[in-house]
Amino acid sequence: MDKNIILSVKNLEVKFKVRDRVLTAIRNISLDFEDHKVVAIVGESGSGKSVFTKTFTGMLEINGEVTNGEIWFEGKNLLENKKDEDWLKIRGKKIATVFQDPMTSLNPVRTIGYQISEVIMKHQGKSKEEAKKEAIELMTRVGIYNAEQRYDEYPFMYSGGMRQRIVIAIALACHPKILICDEPTTALDVTIQAQIIHLIKDLAKEYNFTTIYITHDLGVVANVADKVAVMYAGQIIEYGDVEEIFYDPRHPYTWGLLSSLPQLGEKGSELFAIRGTPPSLFEEIKGDAFAPRSDYSMEIDFIEEPPMFKVTDTHYAKTWLLDPRAPKVEKPKAIQNLHEKILALTAKGGIYGER
Amino acid sequence: MENDKKEVLLSVKNLEITFFNNKKAFRAVKNANFEIYKGETFALVGESGSGKTTIGRAIIRLNPTSAGEIIYKGKKINGKISKEEEREIVRNIQMIFQDPAASLNERATIDYCVSEGLYNFHLYDNEEDRERKVDMALESVGLLPEHKSRYPHEFSGGQRQRIGIARAMIMKPEFIIADEPISALDVSIRAQVLNLMNKFKEEQGLTYMFIAHDLSVVRYFSDRIAVIHKGRIVEIAPTNVLFKYPLHPYTHSLLQAVPMPDPRIEKAKELVIYDESTRDLSGEKPILQEIRPGHFVFANDREMREYEETLRRWEKEEQ
Repeated sequence: MDKNIILSVKNLEVKFKVRDRVLTAIRNISLDFEDHKVVAIVGESGSGKSVFTKTFTGMLEINGEVTNGEIWFEGKNLLENKKDEDWLKIRGKKIATVFQDPMTSLNPVRTIGYQISEVIMKHQGKSKEEAKKEAIELMTRVGIYNAEQRYDEYPFMYSGGMRQRIVIAIALACHPKILICDEPTTALDVTIQAQIIHLIKDLAKEYNFTTIYITHDLGVVANVADKVAVMYAGQIIEYGDVEEIFYDPRHPYTWGLLSSLPQLGEKGSELFAIRGTPPSLFEEIKGDAFAPRSDYSMEIDFIEEPPMFKVTDTHYAKTWLLDPRAPKVEKPKAIQNLHEKILALTAKGGIYGER
Repeated sequence: MENDKKEVLLSVKNLEITFFNNKKAFRAVKNANFEIYKGETFALVGESGSGKTTIGRAIIRLNPTSAGEIIYKGKKINGKISKEEEREIVRNIQMIFQDPAASLNERATIDYCVSEGLYNFHLYDNEEDRERKVDMALESVGLLPEHKSRYPHEFSGGQRQRIGIARAMIMKPEFIIADEPISALDVSIRAQVLNLMNKFKEEQGLTYMFIAHDLSVVRYFSDRIAVIHKGRIVEIAPTNVLFKYPLHPYTHSLLQAVPMPDPRIEKAKELVIYDESTRDLSGEKPILQEIRPGHFVFANDREMREYEETLRRWEKEEQ
């Protein structure tokens, strides 16, 4: 195995039982996460992106079950962990998660300080005073002014952005190897979002962790990611370096996602919209799951599932369009010459109104 | 001036909205002034807590105003007005809310959710007519008549938002306030909802007030933009002008924060944080002033001179 791989997922399958019916949320995913890289997982709600990363820390809901596959981390298959005590050695300690809604991940009746120092005491075995000192340092590091005074305040006294900073501080308290950020900025304003993204990037360098970033916002992906995995209906349908995904996407779903961005929309003309809705995961999916919504589907798409075709050594896509026998199809006009287009839309340097 | 030709549908004059919390006053909106022309999409952009939703809710009389006037088609509609006038406003001005799950009655069928306005105003001749109207409204947002008997939880987020739009459209409004209608939706669904709203605008000559925090959507969707910060409108301009010649530093920081789907640009971007305390606020009190026809900026005379200089330089560069 390549020694740069920190976490390796092989043939993962996850099923949920919902009212006597079985839903397949993850359909055979294999993915290697490289050490110190930022991997962004993109997809719409229900595509399974959160479920996928929850399996790394054994946090699936009670009705969910990993039915196949392996997750290798530090020489061990995590899925062999049966008891919660085994997971506790990983969850929070080695692999920590920052969730979307900071209000629900903090305890409303405990002070901010208590919630951070609790983690330090528990995982690092430090005394109360030491923990408090370190908690205040962490709070300062994530951008809380007057950390000492704000130590004894409650979550409701913090704004949304500040709360998310606290959640990040808690996640960092045990110096995790991997930080999973599950839509950390979706509930925040754009200006605050920019600050939080910046903070996570800085901290990744300083604390040396690998970041797995879950989001549906391709603008955010462009900012944070080294590698991008696009998910659709429980599968990874395209994977590659961030520049490959944006400037040379190959899967029609990735094309659709990029084309529908309002950043690229021209006033007065209709915005591209992916038609229809994602397939029901209760039923067995035949062929390419995206085929019914795609403008580029071929007969084979409805019969047989496409394999992962290799585009370059780092870029893979799961679409029959890459088969040598398929007709040559160009990506939609809207996303051709993406970089030049965005430069033209913006004044200078690709930022609106920048001069 | 071109503006003279346009008919003013709604104008807000010196509007103040104050909330009281344990007798402590909090001014959520400070001296807001703007006009919305008939047939345009006017966007109100700012971060949470800036007061943008508060203004929207004040227009449909959900929030009381403490000073100033809201004038709709030449008539004052805030403060004390007659019952009939209030009914008229409630009918003509409809609102689409951010969270489609929270704004629909969970215990009512879609049929009832959509026709509630019709019931309240008796806008139908008979049962048959009502059903026809509901069917048409649902069809216009891409839903089927057979969906009528279902409940809101049976729909996806995008579908629910379309029900919210159908419910507003069935009242045949003249003016729609859309409060972050796509923020809670998935990227692929956002485009569908925006296209739908554009379709209605063209077909029925609607006027929109679009409340948002994300300038990228607004750039595509609106004709004019007002930027609001901490209850104060800091800049108003036509969309292309605001994106080309942004003057107020807060507008800059909002523009800069829009994430671009382009790794080369995003990776090179530096973070700019708007911090009022670091600005030179000396001189007399700033007010909203017109620097070019239709382009307003919140500034005092000293700042106006600086902005004027910047604008002249940019205009020169353009030539």
